[in-house]
Amino acid sequence: MKYKTQKVAYAYFIVAMGLFAIQVLGGLLAGWIYVSPNTLSELLPFNVIRMIHTNALIVWLLLGFFGAAYYLVPEESEREIFSVKLAYIQLAILVVGTLGAVGSYLVGIHGGREFLEQPLWVKFGILVAAVIFLVNVSLTFLAGRKTAITNILMMGLWLLCLLWVFAFINPDNLSLDKMYWWFVVHLWVEATWELVMAAILGFLMLKLTGVDREVIEKWLYIIVATALFSGILGTGHHFYWIGTPGYWQWVGSIFSTFEVVPFFAMMSFAFLMVWKGRKNHPNKAALLWSLGSSTVAFFGAGVWGFLHTLHGVNYYTHGTQITAAHGHLSFYGAYVALNLAMFSYAMPLLRGRAPYNQVLNMASFWLMTGGMAFMTFTLTFAGTIQTHMQRIVGDYYMDVQDQLGLFYLMRFGSGVAVVLGAILFIYSMLVVRREVVKPGPVVKDATVPGE
Amino acid sequence: MSELLTKSRARNVFYGGSIFFVVVFVALTAQSHRHIVEQSTAGMPLTEEVALGKHVWERHSCINCHTLHGEGAYFAPELGNVMTRWGAQDDPELAYEILDGWMQAQPSGIEGRRQMPRFEITEEEMRALAEFLRWADQTDTQNWPPNDAG
Ligand code: HEM
Ligand code: HEM
Ligand SMILES: [Fe+2]
Repeated sequence: MKYKTQKVAYAYFIVAMGLFAIQVLGGLLAGWIYVSPNTLSELLPFNVIRMIHTNALIVWLLLGFFGAAYYLVPEESEREIFSVKLAYIQLAILVVGTLGAVGSYLVGIHGGREFLEQPLWVKFGILVAAVIFLVNVSLTFLAGRKTAITNILMMGLWLLCLLWVFAFINPDNLSLDKMYWWFVVHLWVEATWELVMAAILGFLMLKLTGVDREVIEKWLYIIVATALFSGILGTGHHFYWIGTPGYWQWVGSIFSTFEVVPFFAMMSFAFLMVWKGRKNHPNKAALLWSLGSSTVAFFGAGVWGFLHTLHGVNYYTHGTQITAAHGHLSFYGAYVALNLAMFSYAMPLLRGRAPYNQVLNMASFWLMTGGMAFMTFTLTFAGTIQTHMQRIVGDYYMDVQDQLGLFYLMRFGSGVAVVLGAILFIYSMLVVRREVVKPGPVVKDATVPGE
Repeated sequence: MSELLTKSRARNVFYGGSIFFVVVFVALTAQSHRHIVEQSTAGMPLTEEVALGKHVWERHSCINCHTLHGEGAYFAPELGNVMTRWGAQDDPELAYEILDGWMQAQPSGIEGRRQMPRFEITEEEMRALAEFLRWADQTDTQNWPPNDAG
């Protein structure tokens, strides 16, 4: 840690990890209800649990991004953060908003647009927090050195906050509602968040491999160019069957196919930088998460996204368990793993100590990644059967679901692995204060001091 | 490549290209907006009642169990074509009666079957909800879903 105000990131990361725990526990409970449907059905119905699961996910990922920005903008800009106080106020607003949202969901007060169920006052709170954040990081950024990493990060953050405006636009016309809803959902994960991902990945590669900044930054511009060139019109892959014109079937199919490119490029970039690396950084866990993130993002978003993105395929798979399979692996690879990479890298520095307990951390990587991969496979099998029986044969939805019990049981099992992995991750980050497994001489000697 | 594509060139391509695609996207969505209002959803007027029905749908967060035009949760059946499935698409009174009967019968309490909660919904709201579902069903969704199973 070079600048003392970077420390605010610490608070963001802690809160993010807390919500991560809530998110996966909520997911596990939702997965259990698929296995044993009468569980809590009168007390806490499935829809409320699902809301908590998805909202906790989105909020903790955003908190992770905000924390990452507060960590890396000072270092890149070579400046202290404009105002530490504002950063904490922003966090406080978000914490109050989150607790308020969860509380009101539990008593049955919520909106009804998927992922945007927050009560209006919480939505406004998020808007205020976003404005504070933008002011705070922008003033830091403008006063200091500008790099491609911060250029791209700032652009991603600005655009994603601006898109939040569409969370307030809810026309009475259902088809219009759906069209504008995707401006938040798709243009977040397949456009603006990709810029944030590329910037953070670039920063991590810079620090962990010691490759020339020039090389990294050129790569970044190419990656984000392919992301936006494909992702913006790629929104069309959600405009096939919601009342939008038929030409989206071609626009969406063609451009969203190209969305695979930036994910492939990020994966290639990460491996190439490690290959060319000039530094043997001691934080192997952060490196594992970085490489893992870009790889799983390529599979989850790229491969599983392409699987159902052509309109001829999507006509049959739309809104089945195939979608859930893709949603899980893509979010996990691109954004969960990326955030955990950043935490793994920054937490030891924020706490001013060596990166202890990398072995536990790396074990948690394999446990979580293995669990998410298995979950994706079971849901893909379930979705394939569902697509065939329901969409092709024409069997009734509930009759088809009755045939899928085994897959849902296996999904629950993989969920247990993910929860254990998440707990192990948090434990290795926060609890253990000494090296549990002693490193051998190779790792020990390789320690070019971390920066 | 390294000579032809310098960092600043890559950056300019990124900014210029992005602006281009944003402009195209905005133009196409403006056209789609008009298409939705004037054509694909124009088969039935968007009355106050339909709008109320949409609010009822949202207040109870039906979307976090069901899909509607294929979007939402995958825990319960597709409802974008439910009125067709019930044979009630052209009969508002029948639509209301079947829907009301269904909602009153929840939760089924059958062991091992997914449960739908019981919602407090007035008669006016229930009629509006039925109209909303009929309104959604008449949308031109490019022939999706492939069959009545949804
Ligand atoms: C990290 C990036 C991505 C994330 C986090 C992500 C996440 C998601 C999620 C959560 C949904 C479900 C939305 C809903 O509730 O209806 C979805 C749908 C979809 N995604 Fe992605 N996605 C990503 C990238 C991609 C890419 C690159 C492609 C195409 C190559 C793609 C293709 C699709 C398609 C076609 C659907 C609609 C599925 C349906 O018709 O039911 N996604 N995505
Ligand atoms: C313990 C592990 C997990 C379990 C058992 C689990 C289970 C579930 C269940 C049952 C649903 C509802 C699906 C439906 O609508 O029928 C769901 C939705 C969702 N979960 Fe998870 N989940 C877990 C972890 C995660 C993780 C780690 C992520 C992020 C990477 C995630 C992201 C999502 C998303 C984005 C949706 C909405 C999907 C969509 O609309 O397509 N879940 N999850
Ligand atoms: Fe998308």
